[in-house]
Amino acid sequence: MNLEILGISVLWTFLFGYTIVASIDFGAGFFNAYSVYAGKKHILTNIIQRYLSPVWEVTNVFLVFFFVGIVGFFPKTAFYYGTILLVPASIAILLLAIRGSYYAFETYGSRGHKGYAFMYGLSGLFIPASLSIVLTISEGGFVSLVDGNPVLDYWALFSSPLTWSIVVLSLAAVLYISAVFLTWYANKAKDSKATELMRKYALLWAFPTIVTAGGIIVELRFHNPEHYGRILGLWWMFALSFLMFIGTVWLIWNRKHYGRAFGLLVGQFALAFYAYGFSHYPYLLYPHLTIYDGFTNKAMAISLVVAFIAGLCLLIPSLYLLLRLFLFDKKYVEGKSDYHP
Amino acid sequence: MVNEEALFFSRILTELTLSFHIIYATIGVGIPLMIMIAQWVGIKKNDEHYILLARRWTRGFVITVAVGVVTGTAIGLQLSLLWPNFMELAGNVIALPLFMETFAFFFEAIFLGIYLYTWDRFENQRKHLLLLIPVAVGASFSAVFITMVNAFMNAPQGFELVDGQLVNINPIVAMFNPAMPTKVAHVVVTAYMTSAFVLASIAAFRLLKGSNHIYHKKALSLTMKLGLIFSIAAAVIGDFSGKYLAEYQPEKLAAAEWHFETEGKAPLIMYGVLDDGEVKYAIKLPFALSVLAHSDPTAEVLGLDQFPEDEIPPLYIHYLFDIMVTIGVWMVVLSFVFWIGMKRRWPIIHTKWFRWLIVLGGPLSILAIEAGWWMAEVGRQPWVLRGLMRTADAATSSNQVDLMLVLFAGLYVILAIGTIVVLSRMFRKNPVERELEERAAEKGGVPK
Repeated sequence: MNLEILGISVLWTFLFGYTIVASIDFGAGFFNAYSVYAGKKHILTNIIQRYLSPVWEVTNVFLVFFFVGIVGFFPKTAFYYGTILLVPASIAILLLAIRGSYYAFETYGSRGHKGYAFMYGLSGLFIPASLSIVLTISEGGFVSLVDGNPVLDYWALFSSPLTWSIVVLSLAAVLYISAVFLTWYANKAKDSKATELMRKYALLWAFPTIVTAGGIIVELRFHNPEHYGRILGLWWMFALSFLMFIGTVWLIWNRKHYGRAFGLLVGQFALAFYAYGFSHYPYLLYPHLTIYDGFTNKAMAISLVVAFIAGLCLLIPSLYLLLRLFLFDKKYVEGKSDYHP
Repeated sequence: MVNEEALFFSRILTELTLSFHIIYATIGVGIPLMIMIAQWVGIKKNDEHYILLARRWTRGFVITVAVGVVTGTAIGLQLSLLWPNFMELAGNVIALPLFMETFAFFFEAIFLGIYLYTWDRFENQRKHLLLLIPVAVGASFSAVFITMVNAFMNAPQGFELVDGQLVNINPIVAMFNPAMPTKVAHVVVTAYMTSAFVLASIAAFRLLKGSNHIYHKKALSLTMKLGLIFSIAAAVIGDFSGKYLAEYQPEKLAAAEWHFETEGKAPLIMYGVLDDGEVKYAIKLPFALSVLAHSDPTAEVLGLDQFPEDEIPPLYIHYLFDIMVTIGVWMVVLSFVFWIGMKRRWPIIHTKWFRWLIVLGGPLSILAIEAGWWMAEVGRQPWVLRGLMRTADAATSSNQVDLMLVLFAGLYVILAIGTIVVLSRMFRKNPVERELEERAAEKGGVPK
């Protein structure tokens, strides 16, 4: 395996990590805000806050890690994506900023502030939409070079059905992933009311997720036939992913093994995510930038990999400790100890 | 090629974001150390007050961390969004510390979460102290790594430029550039100093506002002592920074000192105004600049006459230098008087006006941080990478920067108001007297 592939695999893995933890986070924010307005606050808020509080900051770092890493391994992305993403990425930053700070304001400052909960829930839905634009752009057809500088064609972007399918998929997936996770978490907390409610949401969002995901593959056939061809070559990964999806829904439908259901969900998204990534190879931005002409020099690549391994040796035990103390601590999950910052 | 308008707004937006971010970042670097020290003192003296001090500081700290994190994310992305050409070039050489900074930050984030939500889980206070060590270490190291990146921009090395191509890149040499030791040390120590004085000003304010509790007195004396140590350290390292500038970036030193002509026995100019190229109303300290630059009162110091006109930084950085140094010296004096006063039992340090001076010390220290950064950053104009890439060639070609500037300015206003409202409400609603009583009641003991 060469360094380019190693670099992009590491980054892709972190992006996947961000997708899962951020989806849980964004979805939870939305369900929390919704429950405040639908008069179901008493059922959900405690469960959601108990999970989110110790980890919200960690979630954000996954994203920072990804965008710092991609500029490190592939400095040319700074030139291409940096120039064209000014507006969409700035909007995402604004929303992330509002969301992150209002979460802290609400949780540690004045509990139960409706406005904060609302801002925090709503901004969480727009962030996946503004970030998923990058996926659309990477498919090519929206960026042209003018005087050697990349320029984004906003009209083409906003009128493309591919854009909107990816936006819808990101929204549905966020709510689906979050609902499945919270069903499991609420069940672990022995909170049957919250479990039932989240189970309903999980089943509700499963269908739009899978339909849009399938739809995007079909649209790619027209938008980027080359990519579509490579996706077909990896059909078995998508098929396996679909089977896992069926498994999750079946378990949740029958109120069985929520933990296993969430595991299957992670497997489903991992397979689809990596299959999509593999099929995108070797392009970072079709057809302008491949991972080979965007790659950094060898010395930097090696030192980044070394730093990365050293960093992981520090991070993995710490993350494990975090999970053990909160996610897998029975007393904490059930709300019996340490829930008063 | 250069899009003048985008360049102008990119500079303003970067300055705005960084100026806002460093308030939170400085506090974010320094306060974890103060919290750790308070926890440690509490264990050593077996004094409940210091443990509570650590907890109450942490609670406020979380709010500032949140804003620090989100504005830090903003500047992290803005580097690529506003300066794509710079990042493309620099990314090849300086990505390593940038990458390591995220690790330090990750580490801190994990343990801060754990510390916050395990406050009463462990009987032994030492375990809580153990959790605070990675928080403080992570916070300080993220400052170390990110300042390395900035130092590189001032003294780029670790590569060769052959026909516009980067060759022989050595990331480690790039990290340990000549600007690194003084920059990193000065940034970290002034962050500690500022945090200590900010916390001192809170304690002094509570004492002024009628709460005469021993808790606030302990907080005040602890933070002022720490502030004294760190402000002296900051001054010493500041002197080293002057020597660094004389050696490696003489145009910055000359502009900051309004040192126009190369000469020996150079005087240091304090204050004054520049009027048509003439310095007026200034205090001249003979030999001081030669001493600052080379530790030798007769040494020759390069003046602005030695540099091409289009490579001289704006001369207004002299005012920023004055502000930074004056505040720094003032804080050393103030905390020194307080320390002596504590030892000798001078009544003056308990007077109202003296406490008001301490209250003022926190905001002043933050102002000094801002002035220092503005001086350091404006002082390397016109370069983004000194001697290598001009700021004008680094900016984006996009046309929407002005709109983004408006959006972000709005965001920072909202965040600033939010922070102030939430923090003041948080502590006004829950004064320390009540919290102490509650804690005592929980334990079934008698309130101290």
